[in-house]
Parts: sequence; structure tokens; C-alpha cells
Amino acid sequence: MLEWRRRREPSTPMLWLSPLIAIGLTMLAGMLVFTAMGYDGFHAVGSIFVTPFAEPQRWADIGVKAAPLVLIALGLAIGFRANVWNIGAEGQYVMGAIAGTGVALATYDMSGWWILPAMALAGMLGGMAWAAIPALLRVKLQVSEILTSLMLTYVAVQFLFFLVRGPWKDPDGFNFPQTRMFTADQTLPTIMEGSLVHIGIPVALLLAVIAWLLMEKTTAGYAVKVVGLAPAAARHGGFSAARTTWATMLLSGGLAGLAGLFEAAGPFGQLTPQFPVGYGFTAIIVAFLGRLSPLGIVFGGLVLAGTYVGGEIAQSTVRLPQAATGLFQAMLLFMLLATDVLVKWRVVWKRRPA
Amino acid sequence: MNQPREQEVPPRLALAHISKSFPGVKANEDISLSVQPGEIHALLGENGAGKSTLVKIIYGVQQADEGTISWNGTPVSIPSPKAARRLGIGMVFQHFSLFDAMTVIENIALGLDEAVDREELKRRVAAILKSYSLPLDPEREVHTLSVGERQRIEIVRCLLQKPKLLIMDEPTSVLTPQEVERLFATLRQIAAEGCSILYISHKLSEIKALCDSATILRGGRVVATCDPRVETTRRMAELMIGAELRRIEHGRASEAGAVRLAVSGLSLPGTPPFGTDLREISFEARAGEILGIAGVAGNGQAELLTALSGERLATAPDAIRLDGKPVGLEGAGARRTLGLSCVPEERNGHAAVPDFSLAENGILTARHRLKLAPHGIISSGAVRRFADTVIRLFDVRTTGNAALARSLSGGNLQKFIMGREIGQQPAVLVVSQPTWGVDAGAAAAIRQELVDLAAQGSAVVVISQDLDELLELADRLCVINEGRLSTPRPVASLGIDEIGLMMGGIHGAGEQAEAAHA
Repeated sequence: MLEWRRRREPSTPMLWLSPLIAIGLTMLAGMLVFTAMGYDGFHAVGSIFVTPFAEPQRWADIGVKAAPLVLIALGLAIGFRANVWNIGAEGQYVMGAIAGTGVALATYDMSGWWILPAMALAGMLGGMAWAAIPALLRVKLQVSEILTSLMLTYVAVQFLFFLVRGPWKDPDGFNFPQTRMFTADQTLPTIMEGSLVHIGIPVALLLAVIAWLLMEKTTAGYAVKVVGLAPAAARHGGFSAARTTWATMLLSGGLAGLAGLFEAAGPFGQLTPQFPVGYGFTAIIVAFLGRLSPLGIVFGGLVLAGTYVGGEIAQSTVRLPQAATGLFQAMLLFMLLATDVLVKWRVVWKRRPA
Repeated sequence: MNQPREQEVPPRLALAHISKSFPGVKANEDISLSVQPGEIHALLGENGAGKSTLVKIIYGVQQADEGTISWNGTPVSIPSPKAARRLGIGMVFQHFSLFDAMTVIENIALGLDEAVDREELKRRVAAILKSYSLPLDPEREVHTLSVGERQRIEIVRCLLQKPKLLIMDEPTSVLTPQEVERLFATLRQIAAEGCSILYISHKLSEIKALCDSATILRGGRVVATCDPRVETTRRMAELMIGAELRRIEHGRASEAGAVRLAVSGLSLPGTPPFGTDLREISFEARAGEILGIAGVAGNGQAELLTALSGERLATAPDAIRLDGKPVGLEGAGARRTLGLSCVPEERNGHAAVPDFSLAENGILTARHRLKLAPHGIISSGAVRRFADTVIRLFDVRTTGNAALARSLSGGNLQKFIMGREIGQQPAVLVVSQPTWGVDAGAAAAIRQELVDLAAQGSAVVVISQDLDELLELADRLCVINEGRLSTPRPVASLGIDEIGLMMGGIHGAGEQAEAAHA
């Protein structure tokens, strides 16, 4: 019979193999599920996990979708390392886009290089402000940030709906619920001719490197890790849990806000009710798939971006419903959490005593 | 009691020549004792005397290397706590295993070996509460209960199994005096009904008040068996401490230097559920001296350490002065920069991060004084060099500075932690249980380092429950008891009877000792 044995030390190979095993299991399970439902399961999985990476013309699209995922996941992962569970990045992402759009609408008839940086700054501040509420509640009143940050997401989305249907509705937009289109000075420059590949992609990569340096080479990153691993030792070492909660919440809110602004000033070019697509939630999967490590997150971001692109491909090739993308993403997190058991435990085959 | 009949009945529990070794330490050596039916038998000894190991062997948590256990005259093996409970042995641990968010009755149901119908269980619990007049509401949630009430849950849990032997491990260490009285009444009633009780403690007054006989352990061996009702407290204290070990010569000059650490009127409320309030603590530690703070566990030692380290701030700046500078409101980092280093009792998770390497653990407390992270950027080379130096100078047995703290034995990790603090040349070092769980060789090395540090002009404060250690190290000694600190007195002037009374944890040990001396 099979028996679980606790490992003496967590297995480092397993720590990094577990995401790969989880991806493999997700592909296998997805194949079985969609075959059982009467689809071509083999090609469905191929369209979602293989085609986006196999066809170079899809890469730009993967990059565009990976950028916000990586940006948001970087902030979330740093918080998770400190046991600060910001689940509401989606709300901070939306609030960042709203704040940046506010700047865009206010500067609608102006021009200048400074407009885009001002929008980016407003985006970050918007995300930070939204993250500050759960941070304040946790530090002052010990309210779980998991609940408050999640609930505030829905407030942010409703606020967006209100703005695009009311005060911010495009006056020349035939009554469609959307804002004005951003002007050229308010739109992210593209870095590849004729594609949507915008400057947010290199910014996300650069920030991943900076986040890695922050976590590995600074006392600030050290504080985050100690607070998460051993709160009593952190107090002993003179690190403040409250300050760490504030810093990580504001950082993750700021990065989510920046991602929201990039999305609004990039692929969307305006705010519409379709703006919240769930990047803030998917980024949680990215963070865990990347083992909460900034460089792992780049890999995780690419995989999850691939499932978005692949999900669209599968809609046309094997006529998979759009919801299939979400199903695969959720299954991936589920499998990852399951295979993570292997990091601390190992399975041994033990014969029953006769 | 009926003498002849007692001899016919085999003892409820008899241990013969029990020995148990752990790597580096003989916890129990050739221990024999017997407990009669209905007898309250004390197991008396200092921390580290081997009481806990012996009890764990009786309760099936650990197995003896040698020796036999007899139950009602028949040799038995007790491979697990479940087997012990099946024999009729119940145990109430010092710290309880209860779920705060559940009710009393739910907690009791969870602790039983067999599933019992809820209504039936309620009836049986109610019957026990009534027959022992125990005030406890079965429907209350545990987090609303006092420590004494929580202990009653554990007692009821045991009594449900109709035990023939009840083991109580330091049951009063967390109780108020009123709760202690009530507990004793309950225990006397349980014993009167024929259940034997093995009562583990180092509080002499309690043992005199409660127990019929006592086995005294010291260094893992039985040093005496006596009747505590007739034996004097002083004699028992001598047996427990080992009078022959007294009078260590303190080679250092006794004229102490300037006051380096001054604490005055430090009061802090404890944190629930086990926290102790610190009340008006005042003392001074001078350059070149070692001040010992003795006391039974849970009397405010942990609270005092965190108040000194800056993990909890005092209410006034001059409650704590370091070299004359008020630091009561400074945080841990600022105090350490000024030269106040502290080593808490708990190594893993408090003094060190188990999942960090030794090098990373160096950063935890040494980054301020040794500039391991100038301008917030960690200097990896300096961090590794510091860890290597500590490993070399303090003879830490490890695979290198990349080894995880959790992979080290307790003694080696303690050597690393002590080395990390001493290596920073602190003005004041406060250390709690410096040699707890450390083998003899490492313990001697650590003590020598403390003596050397004081000789170099630092003030050293040692908080310990090991009186031998304090007598060996300290120039002056005081006792912490229920959050109060007695006036420090020169060790050379202390008599064995005073130390015994101190160990007994009697209120105002200082004054009483003086009275006894007069």
C-alpha cells in the first residue's frame, strides 16, 4: 500500500518540479474531461498549452497578456512571502486604471511627454490607495486582508461601471458605456511595428529583476521573508510586522495599479465595462506557479498568458467554450496545490505486513 | 492506613532500574520507584533532572532503554499513550491540547479514544463534575475559560477513562493560588477513591501540602525517597540541588564597574493566555559582573526578556537605561545598535529562523553593529565571513554557513546564537536559559564565553531555571516570581536554605530568606 512519509527537509528539486508536474497533470486531466464531454480532448489541450508557444505569430499576444500578469504577480508574491494575503489585486488593477484614466480625461486637450508618466503615477497611486484600506484594517484592527481586499474588488468594478455609464461616458460615443479613446500622448508606445507589443512588457521584465534584487540583496526583502517565516524572530531582530504589512500591501497595490494603467493605455485605449478580465485573480496562480520567486513568475506569467491565447485558439479549432480557459487555469492551481504536498512529503510503497 | 494490608497488595506502579539515554545525555539512569494504590507520590527535581523523560516513559510516549515497568505486580510494556490509557494511566500535561474555538464538551469528545454518544458523554461529564464539585460549564467555548478551567477539562478527560494512576506534570505552574487550592482538593478526593497520583513538581511547599511520599531526582538518578510530610523543606531542597556542589570560587574581582544596564519600575501586562504580568521590576547590572535571575518556569522570564530586548516596549523611556541612556521606548534594532543584546530561550523561531541558513541568521541580529547591510543592501561577503568566524570561534559543528538553522542540533545552534551575540561585543548581554538542552561540553564552553565577556567589561544577565548554572556563573542572584523580582544578593552570602526557599517559589523569597537567616 502507499504511505506518506514526511521529509526531513523540504525537497528542493520537488519545489521546482512540482509546477511542471502540475502542468502535466492539468493537461492530462483536461484531456480526459473534454474527451468525456465529447470534444477532441487531445487537440483542445494542444491548442491551449502547445500551439501558442509553437507558432511565433502568437508570441506577441502572449507577451501582451503576460505583462500585466507578471506585474501583478510580482507584488502579490512579495506579500505572500510575508504572510500578507492580498487577494484583491483585481480591484487594485481596476482602481489603477481608473485613476490613470482620470488623468487622461483631465489632459484630454493637452499634449506633452509628461502625460503618460503622470498617468502611470496616478495608476500606481490608485492601486496603492485601494490596497491601503485592507492594510489599515489589518494593522489597526486585525481584520483579515483576504476578505477585505477581495470584497473591495467588487466595489472597484462597480465604481468602474458607474463611471463609464455616467460621468465619464464619451460625449461623442453614441451613448455606449465607455470613455473617450486616449490620445496618442496618452497611449503606451509600441515597441514592435504593427503589433500590440507595448513598453509594458520590458517594464515588467525589468521590474522582475528589480524585485529579485530587492528580495535577495536588501534588508527590506530580508524583513519580508523573516516576517513570513518566523514572526517572533522578526520581532527579535527588530523588524516590524506592521510596517512590512503596509509596505507589501502598498507595493502589490501599486504594481497592480500600474498593470491596470498599462492595460488601459495599451490594448484597450479607453475604459469599458469589459475592462476587468480577471488578471488580478489569474496573477495569484502565476505567483504560486512561479514559486513566489520573481524570476519564476516570469515563467508562470508566460504559461498563464499562453492559456489565454490558447483558449481563444481552441474556441475556433475545437469549438471549446470560452469558459474552458478559466477551467484550465483553476485546474492548474488545484493541481499545483496538490503536487506541492510532494515538497514536504514523499510517497513510499509499503507492503502490508502478512 | 492499614499497614499489613498495604504490603500484601502489589504496588499500582513499580519501576525497576529504568534507564534512558539521548545523544550526549543520560536522561534517566537506574531509576526505581513504586506508587501504592491511592497514594499521592511526588516526583521532585530541578529542570533537567529527568522527571519529564521518566513520565514520558510511563505514559508510553518514549521507551526505556533498560528496566521494567510493573503494573499491579505484572510486568508490562507500554508502547504508546493509547496503551497507557488502556492500562488505566491518565496524564494531564503542563500545556493543554485544546481547541479554543470549540466548547468544553466538544474538546472532551475529541480527546477520547473511542467514539461516545454525545448525550451519554454529557451525562458522564455532568456526573464527574458533580461528584468532584468541579465548577465547569460543558457548553462554554474554551477561549472564554481561565487557565484553571482549561486544566479541569483535561482532568475530566482523564477521569472519564476511570484511571488507576493519574500523572500531573507541573500542574500548578500556570495556576493562581486559589486555583491551586481547588486543584489540591480535587486531587485528594481522587486519591481517596483509590486512584494513585504521580505529582511532578519542584515546588517544595506544594509537595509538603499534598503528597504522601516523594522520589527526588537529580541528574537523572534517584537521590532519595522520603516522606515530605515529615522531611524538612531545607533537607529536600538540599537533596534536589545537591548541596555538595555549592560554593564555586568566583575568581574575578568582586568590585563591579559602572552600571551598564539599569531597570527601574518596569511593569508590563502579560499577553494571554499564559502571559505573566511584570510588576515593578528594578535591578542594575554593572560592568564586569554576571547577574543571575532564578525562578520557576512561567514566572515572567520570557516577558522580562522580550521587555529588555525591545520586542515589547516599556511605558516610560527611563524604565530601562543602557549606559545611562534611556532606551525604554526604543525598538529592538535601536537597542542592539546601542549595545544591548538579548538571547531568548526559544532558539528555533525566536532567536533564529529555522528555514534560514546560518549566514542569513547572522543578519537577523548582527546587521546593526557589524554593518552587514550598509544602506539596506546586504553585503553577502561580510555576512558569510561573520558566520564563518562564529562557526570557527565557537566550535559550531555544521556543514558550513549555508546549513539551515533547523538542521543543527539544539546545542550547536545555541553555540551559533551565543557566538553571534558575543561576537558583537555587546555592552550588555541578557540571555535566557543559555545551556537549555545543550550537552555538557557545549554548556561548559558557553558558560566560559559568558564569564569571558563579563571579564572584558560587559554586563551579563543570565535568566535560568538551572540553579547550578546560576551559582556557578553569577556574582549576584535574584529570583523572579509571579512577575516580581527580588533584590539581587551576592551569591557568596547565600546559604543553602535561602536557595531552597527561592527554588520553592515562595512569595517575596528575598525577605523570607532573610528572616530564615536571622
